[in-house]
Amino acid sequence: MQSIYERPKTFIDTATHFCPGCGHGIVLRLIAEIIDAWGIRGKTIGLAPVGCAVLAYNYLDIDMCEAAHGRPPAVATGIKRVHPDHIVFAYQGDGDLAAIGTAEIIHAANRGENITFIFVNNAIYGMTNGQMAPTTLLGQKTATTPSGRDAINYGNPIRVCELLSVLDGTSYLERVCLSTPENVRKTKKAIEKGFKTQREKKGFSLIEILSPCPIYWRMDANEAMRYIDEEMSGTFPLGVVKDWERKN
Amino acid sequence: MMKQLLTGNEAAAEAAIVAGCRFYYGYPITPQNELINYMSIRMPQVGGTFIQAESEIAAISMVHGSAAAGGRAMTSSSSPGISLKQEGISYLAGSELPCVIVNIQRGGPGLGDISASQADYFQAVKGGGHGDYHTIVLAPSSVQEMADLVYDAFDLADKYRNPVMILGDAQIGQLMEPVEFYKKPKKNISPKNWALTGAEGRKRNIVKSFYPVKGQLEEFNAYLQKKYKTIEEHEVRYEAVNIHKADVVLVAYGTSARICKEVVRKSRRLEFKVGLVRPITLWPFPKEIIRKISERVQCILTVEMSAGQMVEDVRLAVEGRCPVHFYGRTGGGVPTSSEVIKKIVEVVPNSRAANTLLQLAEVK
Repeated sequence: MQSIYERPKTFIDTATHFCPGCGHGIVLRLIAEIIDAWGIRGKTIGLAPVGCAVLAYNYLDIDMCEAAHGRPPAVATGIKRVHPDHIVFAYQGDGDLAAIGTAEIIHAANRGENITFIFVNNAIYGMTNGQMAPTTLLGQKTATTPSGRDAINYGNPIRVCELLSVLDGTSYLERVCLSTPENVRKTKKAIEKGFKTQREKKGFSLIEILSPCPIYWRMDANEAMRYIDEEMSGTFPLGVVKDWERKN
Repeated sequence: MMKQLLTGNEAAAEAAIVAGCRFYYGYPITPQNELINYMSIRMPQVGGTFIQAESEIAAISMVHGSAAAGGRAMTSSSSPGISLKQEGISYLAGSELPCVIVNIQRGGPGLGDISASQADYFQAVKGGGHGDYHTIVLAPSSVQEMADLVYDAFDLADKYRNPVMILGDAQIGQLMEPVEFYKKPKKNISPKNWALTGAEGRKRNIVKSFYPVKGQLEEFNAYLQKKYKTIEEHEVRYEAVNIHKADVVLVAYGTSARICKEVVRKSRRLEFKVGLVRPITLWPFPKEIIRKISERVQCILTVEMSAGQMVEDVRLAVEGRCPVHFYGRTGGGVPTSSEVIKKIVEVVPNSRAANTLLQLAEVK
């Protein structure tokens, strides 16, 4: 019998620590599929963040480094300078990248670091039990916005791709989501494009992935996927924000 | 090789390059700017990386990355900047990553001033960041020693997979003295088979400090403490000056030790002798020699440019065997030799000795 679909070799066969319906497992698997397809297990170094995805190295069979909260762009910079021909990627959540690590991501982007950033945006702090993130939607209820985020008290959701797009150092920025199988395929293509950007030494790439957190969104898995399509992508429009291969 | 006239900051930078450091990440702050400026010129010349980071935190995190990837990496700063770097230093210690951090201390707390101070002693030797850990701390008291200790710092960092701090001050950093750079014989340093180089043909490497499974972290901490004990047993360094016939022994490091050496020199001609123990490693602290001395001297006087920090480690080493006194200046104040002599007169009970000591104050 011909096998047409199987567990990627780089994706470690282990029980998941993620909550039911969480998007991290999908994204990590996509990364593993790409590493397998490209045959770059021995030439790839990943950065695990602080937050839910800190255990990313439990799933990916590649060399990986942890970084302090928010610092993956700086740590990745240090790694990439030692191994300029390796694929170096940082995997970050919304608190890591858009709150405590805002300075690091902006300056890595501005330096045009030839690194790929995979930005998993679920608009909430999952690991610490559901507090507001910089990307929490207006009106969204969290542990620290119990009556819903309002702009006057809590500010507005930060659109990371748009924010970084004005910097000359960025080469490829795209926002995708995990709401449907079709969107998952688009997400994989976007991550591949990020790796391609790096392999061809075109500079900074970031893929923002709208990802479900059913537990702290207080929804079931299906509702969470609908929420991405109906609510989240209103605030965070999907699509390519910047692409070095396209003439803007 | 010809001697060059350089500042301590420049000597630290050049010595790092001689030691094979090719990854430098820094952020400007007085009084260590000569170091970052020098690196910006020299690193590109030797094919290395120089980045002026967006913050001290980013700079130490870049060091984290390069160290994890197997490179010899360095950063430098001064007191308020080192406070910021403590986050990264704790992670580096927890991830067992070798690196060198230069702290050219200035007055504090807060923004303080830009003149010499030794008030970061606690922060340097007691861990500094969160968790039970130590950085190895080396304290130069001349420009030549700055260069020599930087070579050793890289070797020690690699040998023990641990951050090493060079603890200088504004005087040592900005003072110009002749310095010679020479490559010391290569020590036997274990290969970095733990480093992140891509898992080609081998099992993957993970550089981390997170141990969420119950019991794992306690086990890791026990292992770290064992490593620190080995360092304490093998790496203590100090300079002893005239301690054998001394009535009073001074304990001082860095700039304070230079001043105390003048006091020792003056006392040589008199019957009342002053000796000096100058710790070169502040951690591990040279407690054994201080314990031995405490059995036979009238008293020990610790001299620091702080409100009294190292004196606590001196007292722990002495364990009450003799009186331990302290003289310190803070906020950029530098002790003079006559201030130190006056303090000795004050703390030595015997009046005949006091007369001798007052003569000492007159000695040029």
